[in-house]
Amino acid sequence: MAFKRQIDRLPIPPADAKVHNVTCHYCIVGCGYKAYTWPRNKQGGTAPDQNALGIDLSQQQGAMGEWASPSMYNIVKQNGQDVHLMVLPDQECVVNGGLASIRGSRMAENRPSEVTGTQQQRLTDPLVWRYGTWQPTTWDDALDLVARVTARIIAEGSEDDLVVSMFDHGGSAGGYENTWGTGKLYFGSMKVKNCRIHNRPAYNSEVHASRDMGVDELNYAYEDYQLTDTIFLIGGNPTETQTNLFFNHWVPGMQNGARVVIVDPRRSLTVQHCEQVAGPENVLHLAINEGTDLALANAIFTHIADQGWVDRDFIEKSTFRGDVAVGEDEAHPAPLGSFEMAVEKCRISVDEAAEICGVPAADIVKAAEWIAKPHEDGTRRKCVTAYEKGVIWGNDNYRTIGALVNIALATGNIGREGGGVCRLGGHQEGYFRPSDAHVGRPPTYVDRLLINGGGKVHHIWACDHYKTTLNASEFKRIHKKRADMVKDAIDAAAGKTREELVDAIVDAVNRGGLFVVDVDIIHSQIGQNAHVILPAAESNEMNLASMNGERRLRLSERYMDPPGQAKPDCLIAAGIAQHMERVLREMGKNEYADQFKGFDWESEEDAFMDGYHSANPEVTYERLRAMGNNGVQEPVVGFEDGKLVGTPRLYADGVFTRHGREDGKALFCGGAWRGWQAAGKEEEKKSHRFWVNNGRANIFWQNWFLDQENEFVMDRYPYPFVEMNPEDMAELGLVAGDLIELYNGNGATQGMVYPTPTAKRGHVFMVFASPMGAQGNIVNPGVNELVLPDYKHVWADIRKIADAPKEVKGISFKSKEVVL
Amino acid sequence: MKCNRLVDVGRRQFLRGGLVATAGAAASTVVGAGEARATPALAQVEYPSNRLANVADLKVNEPMDIAYPDADSPGVLLKLGTPVEGGVGPDGDIVAFSVLCPHKGYILSYSGEDRTLNCPGHFSRFDAEAGGQQIWGHATENLPQFVLRVDDKGDIYAEGCTDLIFGRMSNVLA
Repeated sequence: MAFKRQIDRLPIPPADAKVHNVTCHYCIVGCGYKAYTWPRNKQGGTAPDQNALGIDLSQQQGAMGEWASPSMYNIVKQNGQDVHLMVLPDQECVVNGGLASIRGSRMAENRPSEVTGTQQQRLTDPLVWRYGTWQPTTWDDALDLVARVTARIIAEGSEDDLVVSMFDHGGSAGGYENTWGTGKLYFGSMKVKNCRIHNRPAYNSEVHASRDMGVDELNYAYEDYQLTDTIFLIGGNPTETQTNLFFNHWVPGMQNGARVVIVDPRRSLTVQHCEQVAGPENVLHLAINEGTDLALANAIFTHIADQGWVDRDFIEKSTFRGDVAVGEDEAHPAPLGSFEMAVEKCRISVDEAAEICGVPAADIVKAAEWIAKPHEDGTRRKCVTAYEKGVIWGNDNYRTIGALVNIALATGNIGREGGGVCRLGGHQEGYFRPSDAHVGRPPTYVDRLLINGGGKVHHIWACDHYKTTLNASEFKRIHKKRADMVKDAIDAAAGKTREELVDAIVDAVNRGGLFVVDVDIIHSQIGQNAHVILPAAESNEMNLASMNGERRLRLSERYMDPPGQAKPDCLIAAGIAQHMERVLREMGKNEYADQFKGFDWESEEDAFMDGYHSANPEVTYERLRAMGNNGVQEPVVGFEDGKLVGTPRLYADGVFTRHGREDGKALFCGGAWRGWQAAGKEEEKKSHRFWVNNGRANIFWQNWFLDQENEFVMDRYPYPFVEMNPEDMAELGLVAGDLIELYNGNGATQGMVYPTPTAKRGHVFMVFASPMGAQGNIVNPGVNELVLPDYKHVWADIRKIADAPKEVKGISFKSKEVVL
Repeated sequence: MKCNRLVDVGRRQFLRGGLVATAGAAASTVVGAGEARATPALAQVEYPSNRLANVADLKVNEPMDIAYPDADSPGVLLKLGTPVEGGVGPDGDIVAFSVLCPHKGYILSYSGEDRTLNCPGHFSRFDAEAGGQQIWGHATENLPQFVLRVDDKGDIYAEGCTDLIFGRMSNVLA
């Protein structure tokens, strides 16, 4: 039986409720919301002048009208007082136009509340491993231990003994303030090279090819979807993962006549929803064989070139006109250079690609026509290319992304209305750090370093590799073993002095142990291995600036207190730096200690001014506040008439700069199709029955870190769903809801089988990063030349574990496709 | 098979507006000057008991348009043919739901084919056989389900609602 809230009335925000700008801190789209807060003992009335919404609440509101779902309400602490909180989608925000997603609508109820009992999993105090478990303590006590162990290890070895996992995103607990705080510590004060990002096992770009070609991956404006002739989607599923980009921009685009080409081995919900809006005749779904995107893209590129459907003028003026500009080498998995070079290198016939991709040749031609064939009057066709993790975490990342940018460059679809070749994005962006050049390219494969016994101290910032890394079975086993050595050493040193404790820890790490510091908002799964746990704040418990998928920069304002002693990450980083400086001086290392100066920040705004503002002098908190939920599109180029002036789309002048070339010319990528690129993929495919496709679903945010305590979500999916064709289910003796194990040579994981008639035989789709069954357990360690993982290509066998458990009985297993 | 009838009827009811007849309206009392006596506020929303239909009026899998708790809140009464948790009537298979999508208030349409309620606005859908659980969509509550009672004569009464109805800060408008 479905979860019933049993709520039939909500408090009304009074006319004088405080109003705060909020950018949803979940996905890349960054929908605008308004947070209303008011004292616990006050309430508004139904008359328009009695409530903050200014509408007659005694009447039924119409469709798209203002309404608070119970999930948009909570009682939280603000300056120490209990206040009502209501977070409603902003009707005036150009990003979402008043729409709310299933994630953003739950911002209020996903706040920690001592009154309503929500999110009591949030960390409130620094914790240290003491007496065989984690004990609360002061910031000074916890940071002293972190600094003493870290400084000692670096002093006796080098900064290479410090391994750092740190988020690089905006929104959530990221943002310009917090990437700067961590970046200044690890890339400014130190030059840590053994570091990795939250979602991949190295410190690298997800889109090296695009950047090397001169094209920043977020180059368009969302309105381009409404101005275009064709939307070309490859490896993305925006109706689920960028929901209001789809409904507020794609849908009007299709209603304006745009056709859609979708490349995805799976019939995703985006395919069905596009068919509903545009009509099936205007949607071309190329359900290619898994991992063959490059062959398809190169065939489209070849066909476009051969037909002459290219923008000659653009190629002449804005792209490199020699032969090879950057040769293929260890850091560049394909040569970069001229259009002609790329056509020659990438050449593959439509028929050959049809064979590789398993789709009709005529459909590939049709896709090329929809993307590039000029209109009957000779005018060029406008096309937006959108891609995401299907190719980023796919086969041959570098060459595949290069192939997509090739198509956009050849057809002049960058920097112009109705164009763009862009990532759809996951989190928002909010990256501002000192140079990472010391990391090197290719960078360290950090997971492998840790598995092989490398590193002695591991600082982790809002990453849970237990749920979100590849080869996770092995990673977890070894990380735990190494961390346990240190726990044992701490336990054995109980009651001794701080110096003796540090000696014991250092001795343990020199014997192969790992000292783990985990900074997070909850006690995560990898946090089980931590010796020090530091409680962080989230967006709206602090002010936070981020930009969305069209580079729209907003300040999401603080409206409540962080729980307990929790602090913004930037101030935690500052605290570590200050303690490092102190400890290093005590050790007599004054010169090194000096490198940790400059962290005397009182607030997140200080960190913002020290970092982002230093390179963007027009941008201040005050000005961002004034720009509200519509913000300004980066880069900010001025301040006029009291408003920040932004840039709707990049490269409108036809000058390409992302690669740093002085000539401003974009490069094409000459990356031919070469089959399975990452080690072990081909063999794994041959020896297992099912391809375990995987990705996100709209109801969850990332690794469920808050959703795991959200009754509405956990009632729907108590276990990660695994979509499977009913005939495959019958052959395995499975019925809906059965718990199944997916296993291969890399490890095993579990899920709940969800019958899906549209699934191809032998393909399953598993929702990723679940705390109840991490898909990463069965991903092999294979990466590309630049250490980008291929999470999407996993093959496994499947067996039944158990009948549907109690919480699974009664939930719906009907098709997710709408029936209208 | 499509059931656009419900969409049309629902929309008409939806647009009609203003015809609020609730228990709340009758509760106001006139008191003499200077005698303002505090009437203790009730802790729960006071729902009307409204007769929706008789069991004999329902056919399996044929949706009946209803409105509850007032004319501005369209709903659907269903006899599913198989007993479901929370179902009433002799066969334990009668349920009723709001048809205002708890995402953005579009009128849901019923698909008899798979016994779901579907939103034409943003494609959310709800399972009539699983207590209105959202199968997929953008709403953050399952479909508000009306609490039903069947009397000795087979008359079906709605007397409550499990979740907040779209477009209202209180299920019973006052």
